[in-house]
Amino acid sequence: MLWLNQRKAYGESLVRLGRQNSRVVVLEADLGKSTMSCFFQDAFPERYFEMGIAEANMIATAAGLSLTGKIPFAGSFAVFATGRAYDQIRTSICIPGLNVKICGSSAGLSDFGDGSTHQSIDDLALMRVLPNMTVLSPVDAVETEKMVMAMAEHDGPVYLRVCRNDLPVLTDPDVPWQIGQITEVKPDGDIALLATGVMVSLGLEAAEQLAREGIRLKVVNISTIKPLDADRLVEVLRGCRAFVTAEEHSVIGGLGSAVHEALSGRLNLPSAMIGIADQFGTSAYNWQELLAHYGLTSEAIAKAAMRLDRETAR
Amino acid sequence: MLDSNQQARIEDLAWKIRYHIIEMTGVGKAGHIGGSCSAADIVAALYGWKMKHDPQNPHWPERDRFVMSKGHAALAQYAALAACGYFPEAELRHVKKLNGMLQGHPDLRRTPGIEANSGSLGQGLSIGVGMALGLRLDHLESKVFVMLGDGELAEGQVWEAAMAAANFKLDNLVGLLDCNRIQATGEIAQRFNTYPFTEKWQAFGWQVIEIDGHDVAAVCAALEQADQVSGRPTMIVAHTVKGKGIPFAENTAAYHNGILTEDLYRQALVDLEQKRRDETCCG
Repeated sequence: MLWLNQRKAYGESLVRLGRQNSRVVVLEADLGKSTMSCFFQDAFPERYFEMGIAEANMIATAAGLSLTGKIPFAGSFAVFATGRAYDQIRTSICIPGLNVKICGSSAGLSDFGDGSTHQSIDDLALMRVLPNMTVLSPVDAVETEKMVMAMAEHDGPVYLRVCRNDLPVLTDPDVPWQIGQITEVKPDGDIALLATGVMVSLGLEAAEQLAREGIRLKVVNISTIKPLDADRLVEVLRGCRAFVTAEEHSVIGGLGSAVHEALSGRLNLPSAMIGIADQFGTSAYNWQELLAHYGLTSEAIAKAAMRLDRETAR
Repeated sequence: MLDSNQQARIEDLAWKIRYHIIEMTGVGKAGHIGGSCSAADIVAALYGWKMKHDPQNPHWPERDRFVMSKGHAALAQYAALAACGYFPEAELRHVKKLNGMLQGHPDLRRTPGIEANSGSLGQGLSIGVGMALGLRLDHLESKVFVMLGDGELAEGQVWEAAMAAANFKLDNLVGLLDCNRIQATGEIAQRFNTYPFTEKWQAFGWQVIEIDGHDVAAVCAALEQADQVSGRPTMIVAHTVKGKGIPFAENTAAYHNGILTEDLYRQALVDLEQKRRDETCCG
């Protein structure tokens, strides 16, 4: 299986966008080498703004640039891009619905070594609660590229969550993608996994484990966290007896919450939520070790699905 | 240079702004009288004389921009916009009406002529930096004016923006610091001392011009002086009186967001009328 990096896809896509559209500008807070917006700096230095280590100012500056017709992409680590600049995103960007794109890089636990201060367990929750905001969480580098292009087409604020580490490529570069899309990666199943980011590929592993037990797991990639298409959710869950949500994020306020909010009063199925259980991150030698520590594994998904399968057996 | 007719017109607009501020505040409702009145002369000089703008075409790309970073002084900006013809002056009667055009703080999606949303203090100068960068990229001569409050300077983001503006050599950005000396709970010097201002802005790489913010000729001269500087932004440190023009509200925190009784409302309008008569007969 091919493994590619979402950060690299972000940086390269910005350059492609920059060639297509002179209104695209990029802002960074001294992390351009990490978010890989540095590719854009090399290609279009006059449209690249190093804003120093000052995220609040960067985000509100992006608001000002958008008010002169530019399409600003402002990037930093997800924790800083969202939490450090939350009120700027809220007041200066989301209330007026300005056309600003925010990239939260090294999201989730993917910055494994740096520990709790650098691991975003709350970025989806923070961005999702803001009216007018669109929230994207790509499954792989190929989808990241499509998202960056779609972000520039969409008029309004968008948050893009980007993983630091290489991820298996699950999507096809030739298949178009649009904001709001919910994709059945493995269509058939009695229990559904509704997952985002790295949890989708772990879900495919879980599906193989479950198949050996005679349990069919449907695997669904939800890469648009907001807006979440409730009708489409009901449709993909048709025929399933239960579902599991999985995300590299707190169980509070992320994909699992969004799914349950969307289904509330519409579809009443037994469910389980896999995510980080209301606690901060911690340093580790590698990402896999950290994912395992917080129970974000194919085994955990399989176990939850098995339990639901048992409980809902007809 | 300002001729005497121009100066009279700006002073007349400033008077009108203050009158509208009182009318918009009305009786028995809270209104940010103090910081709106302290800003009135500067707002009048900008909308009535300095800025290139077209009320019939609020999105004219070559216009100058004004950002009211101290968003609670929205009443002064609403009055100026109405007086310029961005919307009928009758609309001013509906400030803070449910889901209305004139919100408690500036909202660019609702009000013609408003350039940025503000209200959470400390963000307007950063927005101005972004506008100035965008205008420069487009090779437009337009300028960006950002009005800040002196209490607002406690917000750290202001200084991030100050550094950014100097770093990017934004000579198309002009700050207007409404130094009315009083924040919501009292005198800045007593509550949370952030002085000195002039030295701070100079140290951050700005040209600083210090003036009496109620002397219209001085305000206009400072705005012209800001045009002359190259390679750095300008901060006009304007010494003002909180509640200026409303004698009982002057120099007091009580009318930062005050409520007028029926008597005080009438008193304020009578005082303003009296001032206009005095100026007409002696000015």
